Amino acid sequence: MHSFGYRLNGLLTFSVTILAIMCAIASLSDNLNTPSPSAEIQVMNINWFQKQPQGNDEVSLTMNISADLQTLFTWNTKQLFIFVAAEYETPKNSLNQVSLWDAIIPAKEHAKFWIHTSNKYRFVDQGNNLRGKEFNLTLHWHVMPKTGKMFADKIVLTGYSFPEEYR
Amino acid sequence: MDWQGQKLAEQIMQILLLVFAVASLVAGYVLGSFQTMMLVYAGGVTLTALITVPNWPFYNRHPLNWLDPSEAEKHPKPQIAVSSKKKATKK
Repeated sequence: MHSFGYRLNGLLTFSVTILAIMCAIASLSDNLNTPSPSAEIQVMNINWFQKQPQGNDEVSLTMNISADLQTLFTWNTKQLFIFVAAEYETPKNSLNQVSLWDAIIPAKEHAKFWIHTSNKYRFVDQGNNLRGKEFNLTLHWHVMPKTGKMFADKIVLTGYSFPEEYR
Repeated sequence: MDWQGQKLAEQIMQILLLVFAVASLVAGYVLGSFQTMMLVYAGGVTLTALITVPNWPFYNRHPLNWLDPSEAEKHPKPQIAVSSKKKATKK
């Protein structure tokens, strides 16, 4: 019974069981990290702002995004997915979220960045409610770990508004 | 591998794997490198396999003492009693 193959099998099953427990502990160790991320977004310019033939408002804007997300990285972090969404309220929807820009941050060294960009994805409203509308720009992030639980959080930046007239 | 060798191999395997698991977790967490943890643990598993899987001589230090053949002949195995009646019916 206690042959070469039997011992090898016992060793492999036991080692893989322990490996699973180690990965669970590594995932739990993420809770020891208390991140202190910061972000700032400036709307540099409203490039154009018009009503589409279908009647929906569409806007193009240029943003200056700077953020320091280095503290989100732990030894168990594979990468970060971040996106900037414009959030506002209309009579039809209590919350509209329009994704304007996103990025994948593969390493801690790239987590402190600064970018000057126009919106990567089209900013179209459901309707024509954008004139003079106040909106928030929210930086969302999803922390993708090497093993275990994913984390998501956001920073809400308030106090942006659209012009009163199309241009 | 004798009986006590089997027990020894099993215990060495479990203890070594647990020690390497703890060591690799600590090393990985302190150095902030998941890869380090994996490499240390992989090395530990390989080392444990080399120690406990092959039938090394030190697992065979307690051989079983079988009875001497002459002693066995003095106490013959009990034979299975075969009834002559059954044999007769078969024929």
